[in-house]
Amino acid sequence: MTTPAWVPRKRRGAEFFLTVLAVFIGIFAYAAVGLGVEGTIPADTYKLGFALILVAVATHLIVRRVAPYADPVLLPLVIALNGLGLAMIYRLDLGRQQINPDRAAFANSQLVWTAVGIIAFAAILILIRDHRRLQTLTYTFGAAAIGLLILPLLPGIGRTINGARIWVSFAGFSFQPGEMAKVCLAIFFAGYLVVKRDALALAGRRVLGIDLPRGRDLGPILGCWLISVGILVLQRDLGSSLLFFGLFVVMLYVATERPGWIVVGGLLFGLGAYFGYAAFSHVRVRFDAWLDPFGDPDRNGQIINGLFGLAHGGVLGQGLGQGSPQLTPYSFSDFIAASMGEELGLTGLMAILLIYGLIAERGLRIALTCRDAFGKLLAAGLAFSFALQVFVVIGGVTRLIPLTGLTTPFMAQGGSSVVMNWAIIGLLLRISDQTRRPAPEISTFDSNDETQVVKLS
Amino acid sequence: MNRPIRNIAIACLVLFVALMLNVNYVQFVQADSLNAKNGNKRVINEEFSRDRGTILVDGKPVAESVKSKDEYKFQRRYPESNLYAPLTGYFSYVFGRGGIENSQNRVLSGSDNRLFVNRVVELVSNKQPKGGSVELTIDPLAQKTAADGLEALGKGTKGAVAAIDPKTGAVLAMVSQPSYDPNKLASHDFAAVQKSWNDLTADKDQPMVNRTTQQTLPPGSTFKLVTAAAALENGVVDNIDDKVKAGSTLRFPGYGYTLPNENGSNCGGDEITFERALNVSCNVAFGGLALKIGQDKLAAQAAKFGFGTDPLEGLSMNPSRFTSADAKLEPPQLGQSGIGQFEVAATPLQMAMVAAGIANDGNVMKPYVVDTVRAPNLRVLDKSRPERLSEAVSSSNARKLQDMMISTVQVGTATSAQIPGVEVGAKTGTAQSTADRPPYAWFVSYAKDGDDEVAVAVLVESSDTARNEIAGGRLAGPIAKSVMEAVLGK
Repeated sequence: MTTPAWVPRKRRGAEFFLTVLAVFIGIFAYAAVGLGVEGTIPADTYKLGFALILVAVATHLIVRRVAPYADPVLLPLVIALNGLGLAMIYRLDLGRQQINPDRAAFANSQLVWTAVGIIAFAAILILIRDHRRLQTLTYTFGAAAIGLLILPLLPGIGRTINGARIWVSFAGFSFQPGEMAKVCLAIFFAGYLVVKRDALALAGRRVLGIDLPRGRDLGPILGCWLISVGILVLQRDLGSSLLFFGLFVVMLYVATERPGWIVVGGLLFGLGAYFGYAAFSHVRVRFDAWLDPFGDPDRNGQIINGLFGLAHGGVLGQGLGQGSPQLTPYSFSDFIAASMGEELGLTGLMAILLIYGLIAERGLRIALTCRDAFGKLLAAGLAFSFALQVFVVIGGVTRLIPLTGLTTPFMAQGGSSVVMNWAIIGLLLRISDQTRRPAPEISTFDSNDETQVVKLS
Repeated sequence: MNRPIRNIAIACLVLFVALMLNVNYVQFVQADSLNAKNGNKRVINEEFSRDRGTILVDGKPVAESVKSKDEYKFQRRYPESNLYAPLTGYFSYVFGRGGIENSQNRVLSGSDNRLFVNRVVELVSNKQPKGGSVELTIDPLAQKTAADGLEALGKGTKGAVAAIDPKTGAVLAMVSQPSYDPNKLASHDFAAVQKSWNDLTADKDQPMVNRTTQQTLPPGSTFKLVTAAAALENGVVDNIDDKVKAGSTLRFPGYGYTLPNENGSNCGGDEITFERALNVSCNVAFGGLALKIGQDKLAAQAAKFGFGTDPLEGLSMNPSRFTSADAKLEPPQLGQSGIGQFEVAATPLQMAMVAAGIANDGNVMKPYVVDTVRAPNLRVLDKSRPERLSEAVSSSNARKLQDMMISTVQVGTATSAQIPGVEVGAKTGTAQSTADRPPYAWFVSYAKDGDDEVAVAVLVESSDTARNEIAGGRLAGPIAKSVMEAVLGK
């Protein structure tokens, strides 16, 4: 008697339906911006809408073709966020140019970067048919991560913007390699830890209730982490430093199943934060601005303005195009969450946070159901770093924690961020497709009653 | 590896719940206090582009919002500009608000809690929120008459007129000169606003100071009304026919100083009646009375009339004072204080309250400038009710004081305020400051015609009129008279 194997449903129809909804959120947001700012629906709404639908359908078809078992919720969630982000950046272009017509507009370039991001997403799904192939490139990705992190420090191409040397400017393009380094590091950690996890967990000495691994097992990974954090301290990018450290600790914890790593990580973080506060004036400034922003209204103008915007939005928001988010410096990038809160209100911001939360939890669910250790680690690392990034940036903007510079995934203006986040979703979908796909039919020797071997006692 | 992943999932959940709780805290719990913070441009912008309510005087707007074609949608206008500026104040994008625009801002901007239902209806019907209107207690004719009277003294005249209804405390006229044009501060041309503001704040005549409520000056002889009230209340003098010591100078044993009368007169003898002492404004008599009354009781009497407090509803008022805090007066200083010199300083509105308290049989009413507050649909939200501040003197003593003020108008220094067929009581004052500055001319009076009553205080700080001509009765008297006539309809 055979029990039919459980075959996960593809749910591509559900994905399509949700995608259509998500696309319409973007189109309606764009139309609402036109209504709010200029009193008319922008003339090119139908063009944009057409383009968005085209892209969404194309994306959907690619997923249907190359990753038919992939998680059906992630893509619509991401499209909704990206559409809202585009509409808000367009709205802020209009608002900022009302103040000063010479200000740069970002909506078009953001649209182009979104397209690039979707191409990267599709490329990952098409080119990487099995995520485990990335495992063979573990050390390549490790080296790439370090190379990417060093890039901004190189004279000639490195650029310091707002005190952080995290930009690379090359042939007219500028981008933040840190975003890409994050993905490379996650792949490197996953690949390395898969191989060494048993050694890390079992071989070694027990000190103060924590199993310390052997130096040769921990060496490479600790070295990689030290280099990346060292570079970040040199680059004065607190947010990424925190993010990478969190990624490292959590992946170590998942790989070894030793909660001690979390404790060690927490202690190290506390120590680092203390020394950062003592040694760096810019860390102190951020910290003081968090505790008492109104103590120095001139210096803390950005966080204060962000809070004013959130308060002005209140529960229901001012409505797209009807608030004044452009008054906040970097309202279109670092502070786009505050801009959303002002115009969409508490209600809208809660919905956005819910979407972010769903993306993170879907990613962790993929990790949970994944059958191979590498995929598990990679998915868990990517999902957790996504959640941590959202927490650090939105928590900073809403004064839950001190403000550090990180991009708001899929919404903030910035090419490298959009492209790499799409790439992350591509990787997650790839792992998820692998996970939910029914195991290939093993050449079943048809069990035949007559030829069955019967053990005779 | 599933157990750690589950734990991580829970940790992520905690992170997101923390974010959500925090935005609820910021956008819901903290929102009101953040919106009320200084320098919140969003709130300023919003208020500035709202259909702000009207400030009305006798049904006519003195401050109104009209549609404008620029980004702010509405332009604040002050049709009477300078005349009502001391009351309306200004409404400026750059410099905030002043006067009624500031004190009644919640109603005018529509954010008052009593307008909550309106706001909800407007939100649902997608209309621009509107502000409520504020009706002032001012009598437009009295206001105009007072301003004209000051202007008639010539350009550069600094002065103030305050008129109140003795029975209710309603302010009927509040004129301060020089004044300013609030339209220039409400303009959307911010560079021009900045320049106007700089000019106004640099002007040494301080046109933005409401002289009726914000500037305290020595009240001079008009303060003798307070001294007289204290003398009667404390039994130093019982009747207006009682003799008091007069003569040409008041000596203070042990001090080299002597207090003379104006123009070196002897007030008509070494002993004159109490009434006559007020009629001729005898310094020697009132200086002597002040010594008999004593500092504490005289200060207490001044406090009963409102000195040392800010009783005015709807606008801010600088408290008038009898002495600086904790001062212990030497006899010559007490003598000078009894005739409204030394450290005594009062606002014109405070002196009007003294006259009003006497006219209202001793009851000082709380002054107020806002009569009615209405919602945009004209529903009355609030109507001011007269409120007694204190009983400054007994009604019998009040009547004695009234008689003395009436005779001052009939035969004394205040004959310029006579109105045929109307009961008028008054007291003049000419307060000295420094030798190089002209004295201040004061005139404090009340008039009764049947049920209609009015109390007026006029202050003329300086004018082109020559120094020796200045006397309360001659300069300020006619203005007080015309304002009283305007109120009584004569």
